[in-house]
Amino acid sequence: MKGATGAVRLSPDLVAALLEGSGEGIVLSDAEGVVTLANAVAVRLVPRVEPGLHVPAPLDSVPSAPEGRTVIHGGRAIRIRAEAVGDGRLAWYLTDLSAARRTEFLLEAGRRLSASLNPDRCARAATELGADFLSDVAIVLLPPTSRRRMGWVRAVAGRYGPEEGTLPAAAAAEVPGLTDALAGLRHGVAGQQDPGGAPDWLLPEGFGPAGHLLVLPLPGNGVPAGAIVLARGAGRSPFDDDDQVMARDLATRAGAAISAASLFREQSTINTILTGDLLPPDLPEIEGMRLAGRLRASQQAGAIGGDFYDVYLPDAAPDSGIVERPPLVILGDVCGKGARAAVLAGQVRHSLRTLLLLESRPDRLLELLNRSLLASPSPNSYVTMILAALRTAPGDHVLVDLAVAGHPPPLVLRRDGTVEEVAVRGSILGALKKITLRPATLDLAPGEVCLLYSDGITEAFGGPSGREMYGEARLKEALATCAGMPAEALVERLEQLSTEWLGGGRGGQQDDRALLAVRAGTGRTETSW
Amino acid sequence: MVMHDLEAATGRYLDLIGRADEYGAVDLVLGLMDEGVSAEDVLLRIIAPGQRRVGELWASNEWSVAREHGATAISERAVAAVSGRVRPTPTRGRVAVACADGEYHALPTRIMAEVLRLRGWQVDFLGASVPGPHLITHLHQTGPDVVALGCTLPTRLPRAHATIAACQAVGIPVLAGGAGFGADGRFARLLGAEAWAPTADAAADRLAAGLPSFPAAHDGPGGAAADLGGEEYAYLTRHRADLLARVTDALREAYAPMGGYSARQLEHTAEDLGHIADFLIAAMYVHDAALFTEFVTWTCQVLVARKVPAESVVLGLGVFRDVLTDCPHARALLEEGVAAAQTCCADQRTETSV
Repeated sequence: MKGATGAVRLSPDLVAALLEGSGEGIVLSDAEGVVTLANAVAVRLVPRVEPGLHVPAPLDSVPSAPEGRTVIHGGRAIRIRAEAVGDGRLAWYLTDLSAARRTEFLLEAGRRLSASLNPDRCARAATELGADFLSDVAIVLLPPTSRRRMGWVRAVAGRYGPEEGTLPAAAAAEVPGLTDALAGLRHGVAGQQDPGGAPDWLLPEGFGPAGHLLVLPLPGNGVPAGAIVLARGAGRSPFDDDDQVMARDLATRAGAAISAASLFREQSTINTILTGDLLPPDLPEIEGMRLAGRLRASQQAGAIGGDFYDVYLPDAAPDSGIVERPPLVILGDVCGKGARAAVLAGQVRHSLRTLLLLESRPDRLLELLNRSLLASPSPNSYVTMILAALRTAPGDHVLVDLAVAGHPPPLVLRRDGTVEEVAVRGSILGALKKITLRPATLDLAPGEVCLLYSDGITEAFGGPSGREMYGEARLKEALATCAGMPAEALVERLEQLSTEWLGGGRGGQQDDRALLAVRAGTGRTETSW
Repeated sequence: MVMHDLEAATGRYLDLIGRADEYGAVDLVLGLMDEGVSAEDVLLRIIAPGQRRVGELWASNEWSVAREHGATAISERAVAAVSGRVRPTPTRGRVAVACADGEYHALPTRIMAEVLRLRGWQVDFLGASVPGPHLITHLHQTGPDVVALGCTLPTRLPRAHATIAACQAVGIPVLAGGAGFGADGRFARLLGAEAWAPTADAAADRLAAGLPSFPAAHDGPGGAAADLGGEEYAYLTRHRADLLARVTDALREAYAPMGGYSARQLEHTAEDLGHIADFLIAAMYVHDAALFTEFVTWTCQVLVARKVPAESVVLGLGVFRDVLTDCPHARALLEEGVAAAQTCCADQRTETSV
């Protein structure tokens, strides 16, 4: 465009359309102070503005100055700027500051209510938004639980942090409109309620009686997500139309956030229950030895994967038909990663628990597991694992009966710091009908360690070049530096070295990693230092 | 119990954990509690100072790394024994305590978790090196009032920053603690944490004073976080492996004896160079030269204690600088590192001549 006047001819119609479309209120007066023009926004903000009449209050009290003045008019904050536009004429520009407040509210509500997937945090955010933008006190009441109690969260303007608690569900009836709101029966209906009906428990101590009360349902996924109560003190102005629009907006957003979070909580509770058995167990204290284990799943959020370990203590009171046996530890690796692999790993652990009631010979146990895996309907049910039966022997020694199926053989850390690989081999489970096994028995003197690990440790790619495999040699060397360490410190150090090798995940693809150490002797063991 | 008795007890404690005597160490701390020493004093005036000494003894080469790790494992058990003895009823809010991703020095953070528990918080301790997605899942599931994030090594700062931002994005404020955030907490402020505390008891006091229930928005144009990292930081992070290979080659040319190194010695050299790269990268991230020079000085001391001359650090840093032709900021940092290492060499010469 070359110049404002050159390119477009501004017809009166066009000027009027431009003025009507403006978000600001615009008023023009002639030299006599009579209004000649007022757009729709101006009329909404100051209804007494009318062409042909004198400029009304509060416009007439605003001097012509660039910074303007903020006035309260009709319960609204309006910034008014007057400007001389020649020939004694004046123009007024009106900005609705409550619109700015609404913009701020929308930004904050978006930021706070979309943040968390935790229903309580969402409820807290809703009350804080209510107290910050709309009322003196905001209370969210969550739907009653099975124990006939309802949770509540309350925020008070200018006070630090919301309070929380629970109430009998029946107390809802004491707040006018709340029972209906909680049942989702008042959706879309203006929620102004008689403030005199508010019970004492609703408002904080020392607040005094409520002057104005707004009760709104929080719409959820088909079922209500709760209700919000907004209260203003006795001296405050009532909730006007804009306030009610904003309150309904808050209720809608809070309801959506709380119900999405509730859905997430429900799913994650189910998930926690389902995966609970798939997590590695707490390792028990076994007389004469110490166990320590570490498991890192490649899937970081889920913490479950295809690597597993477990401990099976002997039956406390074996009756006839139940075989007697020493404690057994196992460590294994299921083909694949993530939840699918974890499910199979869980099945293997569980199958073994049952088999151990009837069978204690490691080779027979592995043969039975192999058959069970071959019969499994899911494809690629391949499993590698180590069985290690732990017997105490005189002189604080521990004898470890080892059977290995397709798994890297365990390492032994001797007292003098030498590291050996145990000569024990066997075929993978779930692949062939016939498996071959070469078991072995290992004798650990006090302070010596048998280390079971998965190939995620040795096949970790990383290192200074980022492309090198960690390898068995490095693992052996690292283990050699652990002579004299307690089992817990040993596995932690090995896991740390392996993680550092991986560059802490910068390398992209990672495998599950498992370590389990059996150390002969107890806490007060002489060390080599 | 009077002060010097506690000091004497710390000495006995150090002796016991140095021998990996778990039962002895646990009996000692529980015995002190029976005599009326509070659980918090046992944690902060026996175990924590004992552990600090362990670090010093390792740095001065008096203890092997295996002995250091063994002692730390015993201290873990001692902390567990103390916390098993006292079960306070939670009277305050809920706190998730975690070590930054990649941070394996869990004990200081564990002690902070226990002190918070003793002060009435409901504490979930998530352990060493907590991956971001794992922590965030936990936050959604439990909805704590605050996350207390421990970071001992400044090399974890870039990932700690990502974790802090992720916690705040899900609406939970963060208290940062540990030496990694700087002795004065300057990195905690820089990374946008709501609060910082140098010690476990200070962390408890700070939380008692209250944090904002929702983190403030940091995304404004004036936010300090906007300046973190930068082009050279991104370059060094992306090309860390190639860079280290080039530095190793250049070092081999500059330093003839390296030709006769065993595979193990070469790996140790590679590790040392890797540490230099990581501290350089962290210093670039937070634009803080002192982070790097303090590391250089500390490395010189650790090496000198192991009969490795500080000159080797001067040499290594010089090679780094020469290889990084296109990174003026990194070169300037390395230059400061060389100066710090030369000061150490001078100190060493004075000491030897005395």
